[in-house]
Amino acid sequence: MKRIFISGFALLAFFQLKAQNVSKDTTNYETRKLKVEEVNLVSSYYTQNGDNSAVTGGIGSEHLTDIANTIDVKLVKYGQTGIRHTFDIEAGIDHYTSASSDMIDLSANSSASSSDIRFYPSLSYLRENIDKGRSFGAGVSSSSEFDYQSFGANLSFSQKTKDRNGEFTAKFQTFIDQLKLIAPIELRPYGQEGYGTADRNTFVGTLSYSQIINKELQIMLVGDVISQNGYLSLPFHRVYFTDGSVHQEKMPDTRLKIPLGIRASYFLGDNIILRAYYRYYSDDWGIKSHTADLETPVKLTQAFSLSPFYRYYTQSGTKYFKPYREHTSADEYYTSNYDLSKFNSGFFGMGMKFTPPEGVFGVKHWNTLELRYGHYTRTTNMVSDIVSLNIKFR
Amino acid sequence: MKKPNQKRLFFACGIALSTMLFASCTPVKEYQKGKINDSEMVLSNRKIEKTELSFQSYREGASGANSGKSGGGCGCN
Repeated sequence: MKRIFISGFALLAFFQLKAQNVSKDTTNYETRKLKVEEVNLVSSYYTQNGDNSAVTGGIGSEHLTDIANTIDVKLVKYGQTGIRHTFDIEAGIDHYTSASSDMIDLSANSSASSSDIRFYPSLSYLRENIDKGRSFGAGVSSSSEFDYQSFGANLSFSQKTKDRNGEFTAKFQTFIDQLKLIAPIELRPYGQEGYGTADRNTFVGTLSYSQIINKELQIMLVGDVISQNGYLSLPFHRVYFTDGSVHQEKMPDTRLKIPLGIRASYFLGDNIILRAYYRYYSDDWGIKSHTADLETPVKLTQAFSLSPFYRYYTQSGTKYFKPYREHTSADEYYTSNYDLSKFNSGFFGMGMKFTPPEGVFGVKHWNTLELRYGHYTRTTNMVSDIVSLNIKFR
Repeated sequence: MKKPNQKRLFFACGIALSTMLFASCTPVKEYQKGKINDSEMVLSNRKIEKTELSFQSYREGASGANSGKSGGGCGCN
């Protein structure tokens, strides 16, 4: 928590200086110059505990902590014909420690794998024709950590309806990933130096349609088709068979996922908003799941709101999952990863948002201060907590 | 007596509900969108939820249809 505030306020001090140069008017249609419209700093601290680590075959500590910091800068420029160009530059860095990853080497108490850093920059561009209600977008991203490299790209198209109350969006994303094949230490060939690599590719097609129903209610329907191929196991996950022998996790090299979701936002009276979300998910590894989420922001004053939330999730397990020492050599595919087992989970917490018209603590361009805490429990006896801070400048 | 197929019943209810909602649409002019344009009414995840979505995609078998990660770009299943 202390680290979040230190890093958050260090970034804040830096951007407070930068924000002084931001133009006062960011909505002027006639403006041609590229301007900073918004800067978001998000910091999170995540911690989890459990006793079903996949690295040790479904037993052992799942203790993990993660500190994440991201900065997101949105720049806007208006073209001569009223075309709005938006550039979004984002960079994030995570530092995590993991008790289970430490057990890739069973004899180690604090090995090289006990902690890692992940760096993930991205760049996106959106071209909006305001008169026609049409927009095109494109973006690239990457993610790097010691054993995993990912490069992503996306294209999107949106069209509003004539009355501007509905919007159709189509998006295509791809991730071209490469992972190092870091096996549990006892399964590495004698004298092996370095690690081999394997590829993993993901292709995502998304269609969504949003509609304003009336002055207080709007909904959105969204569906994805996600196709993955390549090495879809994690090489350092152990699986213990009934005979006591140890193996690397083995999963199929293709996976097709189909999630369908619906969102609704309803303004109840003058101060309460209901934000609801439901998702049905199915894949060809045998997982089916339902997710239901309700958040109710309550505006206590013009500048301050509280948002309690609750999320319920349930999934059937993959047909390839069995607990510690229950797989046999007759199984073609096998995992003891409890993330893919049958379970229910609950996630609840509270957010608070402070948006004073004169700026947070009187700092004119400091538009928003937001804090959110959530507690997660899973029926496999895993619990986690997360606290996040968002500082927005406009 | 044969049990009704729950999945079909579920989707039939969903389609019926969506049809009713779309059928009850009232045209809303730009100047009437004060509440619709409130920042809390946005039909997507907010910046502050980014790490939550990330850990949910690691810790759960399902992902996608929520503007978050959909399975690529991370060392998760």
